[in-house]
Amino acid sequence: MSLLEVRNLSVAFGRRPPTLTGIDFTIDAGARVGLIGQSGSGKSVTALAVMGLLPEYATATGSIRLGGTELIGRPDALFAPMRGNDLSMVFQEPMTALDPTMKVGRQVAEVVRLHRKSSREQARALTLDMLEQVDLPDPEQVYDAFAHQLSGGQRQRVVLAMALINQPDLVICDEPTTALDVTVQQQVLRVLRHNLDAVGAACLFITHDLAVLSQVCDQVLVMLDGAIVEAGELKSVFTDPQHPYTRGLLATARLDQVAPGSRLPTVADFYRRPERTPGTEVAG
Amino acid sequence: MKRASLWTGVVLVGIVLVAGLVSLVWTPFDPNRVFPGAALQGPQGAHILGFDQLGRDLFSRVLAGSQICLIVGVISVSIAALIGVPWGIAAGMLKGWPSELLMRVADILYAFPALLLAILFAAARGSSTWSAMTAIGIATIPAFARVARAATLSVMSSDYILAARASGTPYLMSAVRHVLPNIAPVLGVQASVSFGMAILAEAALSYLGLGSPPLVVTWGRMLREAQTYMFNDPALALWPGLAIAGAVLGFNLLGDGLRDLLDPRLREAV
Amino acid sequence: MAGSGTATGSAPAVRGGTASRRGGVLVRILIRLGVFLASLLVASLIIFWVCNALPGNVAQAMLGQSADPAAVRALEEQLGLNRPFFVRYGEWIGGMLTGDMGTSYLTHQQVGVQIAEKFGVTAWLVGFAMVLALLIAVPVGTFAALRRRHWAGFVTSGLSQLGLAIPAFWAGIMAVWLFGVWLRWFPANGYVPLTEDPAQWLAHLVLPVCSLALVQSAVLVRYVRSATIEVLSEDYYRTARAVGWREIPALLRHGLRNASLSVVTVLGLQLTTLLVGAIVIEQVFALPGLGSLLLQAVAQRDLVMVQGTVLVLVLAVLLVNFLVDLSYLLLDPRLRERR
Repeated sequence: MSLLEVRNLSVAFGRRPPTLTGIDFTIDAGARVGLIGQSGSGKSVTALAVMGLLPEYATATGSIRLGGTELIGRPDALFAPMRGNDLSMVFQEPMTALDPTMKVGRQVAEVVRLHRKSSREQARALTLDMLEQVDLPDPEQVYDAFAHQLSGGQRQRVVLAMALINQPDLVICDEPTTALDVTVQQQVLRVLRHNLDAVGAACLFITHDLAVLSQVCDQVLVMLDGAIVEAGELKSVFTDPQHPYTRGLLATARLDQVAPGSRLPTVADFYRRPERTPGTEVAG
Repeated sequence: MKRASLWTGVVLVGIVLVAGLVSLVWTPFDPNRVFPGAALQGPQGAHILGFDQLGRDLFSRVLAGSQICLIVGVISVSIAALIGVPWGIAAGMLKGWPSELLMRVADILYAFPALLLAILFAAARGSSTWSAMTAIGIATIPAFARVARAATLSVMSSDYILAARASGTPYLMSAVRHVLPNIAPVLGVQASVSFGMAILAEAALSYLGLGSPPLVVTWGRMLREAQTYMFNDPALALWPGLAIAGAVLGFNLLGDGLRDLLDPRLREAV
Repeated sequence: MAGSGTATGSAPAVRGGTASRRGGVLVRILIRLGVFLASLLVASLIIFWVCNALPGNVAQAMLGQSADPAAVRALEEQLGLNRPFFVRYGEWIGGMLTGDMGTSYLTHQQVGVQIAEKFGVTAWLVGFAMVLALLIAVPVGTFAALRRRHWAGFVTSGLSQLGLAIPAFWAGIMAVWLFGVWLRWFPANGYVPLTEDPAQWLAHLVLPVCSLALVQSAVLVRYVRSATIEVLSEDYYRTARAVGWREIPALLRHGLRNASLSVVTVLGLQLTTLLVGAIVIEQVFALPGLGSLLLQAVAQRDLVMVQGTVLVLVLAVLLVNFLVDLSYLLLDPRLRERR
């Protein structure tokens, strides 16, 4: 049995036509699965659906099972204790993901105390240890800092620490490095890989950047207009893409294969989308 | 559900407006005419709401009360807008300490709630409709100044102003051409909300006996007089109170509805 | 702050030192204090001017509108009212600073003593109303925000809109009729000092406090609702939910801290409206507070008493605004550092 099994997942916002239609995928324990697609294809909605954090006017149907537990329709009183403990999420925007009025160390330590019985001191020690794990020098000082006193990379590491500190089985990363500088991006990705290994967590990694994807993942899901059009091992998808959209996506990334002076390839060269049904577009 | 508040507001404000205009030329009975022996009588015949403590027709008086509420609203909001808007625009277009000074003065004025200023005026110069309107108007100036300044700042920093100035349009001209038309809707919202607050302030003032002179029919004064007869006839206090609440609700909803119209983003969020 | 030892290198790991932060706060507090004092000065000038600038105002008021102009002038002479405006203003303010708020020409009562006597009633009224309004508005507003797409949310918002339009004094009058006259649960008006009979004191405050607070809470509900909606859309709220907080605790943990900024602003404004509302409510329930003192003075055209009472009320408003400004500095760590 896989860790996460998503079967026939559809999500609709209000009375609009569904944003996600019949999504199927599985994630094995410890696997790194990349979810790629252009913005608006429904990647973030998929992530929020798994986390059970869709807005109240959205309806999700189908089945999402984590370690055999059905998540769709699970009451919040039972779902909330799983978040941050069995599964957790890293968001795109580190600048705003932390409460500006609370010391960041306390925000991490509270995640520990929320899910297990531990004293203030124990939580603090665990947090300092975790901050060190995510490569923050001088964790004591970071612990007592407010979010605005940290750089973007530092903040994202704190968010990583929050997501990983309870050693969850699944970590969902929604474009965790998109908002960061390229150099900082590399460091954060390294920290992420290292810690996923240390914790032994599986990862659903959402991105639109093939280069980033290839650094973290060993499996790929390709998403287009609210449906998954291709899935498989990273290697086989990269070397032998089946769906024309995937082929287009890959071609645009392989600039080394473009003859000098010729026109750059676009996805549209490979895949011409059918007339879109209105309403399938959703941010993220 | 969409635009429900706007339409409710329009209807309520419409009713008050029509009542005010109609009562100028016609009310079922003269609001100050005393029907001997009818004091505190309940509804009968053409007197659909009955009589007040002196035997005057209650419905006619409620109808006539809308006049003063509209007059006070129009005059005090006009005073506030005529002074507050240029004040705010100036504060928004000037830079440095002059702008700072203008807003600080507005802040100090803000510390005088309308009612308190009106009471002060009434104490110094005697109570009259005019002193009430002036006081409420002056106390409302800062509200308009703040809104006008905020709107001006956002307009002045927008791309089309930059484009206009880049193409050589003088500063002042671009301001006149672009600022006023662009902040007009925001001011409309503020005017509607201020109108409601002016009605409330005037009602309180009349209730305290510091508003218009006794022969002018006002809802606030009707409540003041009704309170004495609470034991005999509570309905006397019901109708003027409902009238005030309805009028204020109308202007508030109208303001809210206009704001929603202006700011679709906000409507999404709500 | 333990910032020593570890290999941080030359660049500090955390921006902004503690020392500079403290210095910044002190300067900002002093600036706010200056603004407060300046506002008070201007406000007192306005009050004194309105009450005294028109020639013969006080004396005219004492002798009546139809008094002989010569008599008015003689009285002015006698009271020293014909001296220059600023001399008299200086005298008033100077007396104020030494605790002497002046003496009424009409009743020969000490203004300060009168105000001190009535202040308690108004303070209790406003204080209780504020607390009650908060107790009603915070849960209701939060509920309206959480269920904003649900009919219950619409109904709550609609009710608060309705409450916004109801004059507090009308609510008071209707409460007198319902609970005082008809049901006879509470005394319809009057006041009993706390020291005399605590139970009666409380009983006499119930209706005024409730009518003031109910209407006020309508305004607050709207603020709490929109502040809560704002927090609900914040990323840090989503983060809190993603690490396992449930809706209400996440709101309390993070929302209260962040929304508290706007709530504090609103509380400042609300206290002002409550103070003004109290003036009218005291009249409805015949409570002997500052409002009654002021209105009685206005009726008698006792301008010395009027200017003293209004100044105290405005002082209260300005003081509240000042405290609101200060609390910003304490609540928002970002503001503490910005200069």
